[in-house]
Amino acid sequence: MKNITKLGAVSALSLIIGASAAFAENIKIAFIDPLSGPFASTGTNGLHQFEFAADYMVNQNGGVLGGTNFEVLGFDNKISPKESLIQLQVAIDQGVRFIVQGNSSGVANALTEAVDKHNRRNPDSRVLFLNYAAVDPALTNDKCNFWHFRFDAHADMKMDAVTDSIAEDTSIKNVYLIGQDYSFGKAVAAAANKYIGEKRPDITIVGDELHPIGKVKDFTPYSRKIVNAETDAVITGNWGADMLGLGKSIIENGYTGPIYTYYAAGSGITAAFGDSGKGIVRLVGEGQVNPPPSDEAAAYYTAFKAKYPDGNVDQTRISNTIGMLAQAIEAAGTADDVVAVANALEGMEYDTIWGGKVMMRPNDHQAIQDLHIFEHTNEGIDFPYDNSEYGVRVIKTIEMASADIETTCEMKRP
Amino acid sequence: MDLILVNLIDGLVTGLLLFMLSAGLTLIFSMMGVLNFAHASFYMLGAYFAYSISLALGFWMGLLIAPLIVGVAGAMVERYGLRRVHQYGHVPELIFTFGLALLIEELVQFIWGKNQMPYDVPDILNFTAFAISGNSIPAYKIFMIFISVAIFIGLLYVLTKTRVGMIIQAALSYPRTVEALGHNVPLIFMGVFGVGTALAGVAGVIAGPVLGTFPGMAFVLGSIVFVTIVIGGLGSLWGALVASLLIGWITTFAKSYNIEMENVLNAIGIATPENMDENMFRDFWSLTSPQIADILPYILMVLILIFRPAGLFGKRTQ
Repeated sequence: MKNITKLGAVSALSLIIGASAAFAENIKIAFIDPLSGPFASTGTNGLHQFEFAADYMVNQNGGVLGGTNFEVLGFDNKISPKESLIQLQVAIDQGVRFIVQGNSSGVANALTEAVDKHNRRNPDSRVLFLNYAAVDPALTNDKCNFWHFRFDAHADMKMDAVTDSIAEDTSIKNVYLIGQDYSFGKAVAAAANKYIGEKRPDITIVGDELHPIGKVKDFTPYSRKIVNAETDAVITGNWGADMLGLGKSIIENGYTGPIYTYYAAGSGITAAFGDSGKGIVRLVGEGQVNPPPSDEAAAYYTAFKAKYPDGNVDQTRISNTIGMLAQAIEAAGTADDVVAVANALEGMEYDTIWGGKVMMRPNDHQAIQDLHIFEHTNEGIDFPYDNSEYGVRVIKTIEMASADIETTCEMKRP
Repeated sequence: MDLILVNLIDGLVTGLLLFMLSAGLTLIFSMMGVLNFAHASFYMLGAYFAYSISLALGFWMGLLIAPLIVGVAGAMVERYGLRRVHQYGHVPELIFTFGLALLIEELVQFIWGKNQMPYDVPDILNFTAFAISGNSIPAYKIFMIFISVAIFIGLLYVLTKTRVGMIIQAALSYPRTVEALGHNVPLIFMGVFGVGTALAGVAGVIAGPVLGTFPGMAFVLGSIVFVTIVIGGLGSLWGALVASLLIGWITTFAKSYNIEMENVLNAIGIATPENMDENMFRDFWSLTSPQIADILPYILMVLILIFRPAGLFGKRTQ
């Protein structure tokens, strides 16, 4: 079985290499994320959003540096850190200088280490790691390095926003924490414990547990415990199939309070929650879609839907990533010297079409931006997800959230 | 104590669902002597077909038609695929089914995309059947239990009480003798393969709305089905039933109760080390049962293979 899997992986790999050895002049961006397996939908939607953002924001406006286009290449890492390192090497060998990845902090931790090592050993082919969704705080704290930039708010910052919202709601007395058993799930639980303790010491954490990631077939036993704990709110960092499975199961088994979470929209999840999740599922994130914050945002969304009728713009930070990279390359005047590009990215203040600013904090390469609490609903939705009538609407905004959050990062610059 | 009853019901649902998959797989194994790697893929096909049919004709027609389509597809695979590969031995058969599993997954992604499908419980079953001290038992779960129990009884009746069943059983053990008596053994094989995959299809139809209909659904369930039939004993229907229920209950209870490894180790007389931070077994000591619930069936399988290699109900061959 193992050997057969390997055989399959090798043949798939050789196909990828064969398919993408063309076009030399474009600025290549390697997208290393799961494009097969249980998290394939999350990864594929991310890839589409990157391809669209590169095309719409850069290539259709004449490219960067007077006519050079962006080209996004998809690499399937099967959500495995080991596979990601292989794909990273393949990407570097193909002349890629910019790596984007987001799904799983486990992968991001492996990649950021590998990129750091690679850049130290090969000053001629250095790469930048643009992290658009892996939110383990360690990536911009203990494990930070000069080559890594994070465009998403990290788990602690998001939890800061979530707990702001919970702290305002005096009817919440009990909170249940549940998450996937890996670095990110643990970070979410730790942050929730910390912030709730600070902001509302009267709230009891009635449950705090982890389940295996991507392996649970039926969440019923977990939701039984949650319902029995008589909790007023559930906080989870789950994503992909784990989010939908957990959420649906909790609601099905009689829970009616809010579920605060990070990733419960798009990729089929919104449509699958449908009516059952209305008023229950609440998300924290950047980038307001409903109501649309600007005409540009509405135009962007409409153009995206024209190209991908089945897709969603559920990760607006992807367009920020492409936009900021393009601006940094213009400012640096080169796409080959990634040190110059990184220096231009540091401290950049970027006006995003999704409202507000994105500031790349120089000391830890963490983006600071507005965070919102969204609600899953079918009321007041201009841009629904998954071709359903449901979408997410802003119910609370925290401007430049956690802008002064502490960091332990001691960055070594080249 | 009410929670125990609730967990028994939940475990029963999980176990019976697993049984519908493993019943077909174990029959196919005892027939052809080959593990059908693509079995869980037929389960996935069942869910997707039923979803598409339910859009046009409603859930119930999906429940009726989708397993038939899956069964016919399975029979075709046997007739035009496996039967040809059969003459080259078991390894090519194994590789054939493995390739088929990959092919079906790609095909599903190609046709339906990679997103979750909004395949939902039908409205008529979307209510709470009853509640045990605040734990609601959805009517759909009761429905799942009835369907799977009905299928088990039907299967058992056909296999043990009817003439067809007798010929099947005979063909499983002595195909050449049965053939010499004038029965069409290849047809029987094709029929059993078709029925086995149709069962997997039924499982997919009724599991799709609760466990999610997405391209990874076969992968998530695939390995545990093999574990089930190994524990139950390859080729034994009763074994498949007992092993499925056992796995259903073990995983459900392990997830429902936070049993900590520290307490277990203390109970068998191993004291907690004083300085946990520097202990090399720190992670092991801090394990809880929900974290390892999904590995427990695999541990059980290893134990069974060591102490009773033929499985719980298996007859030792050779």
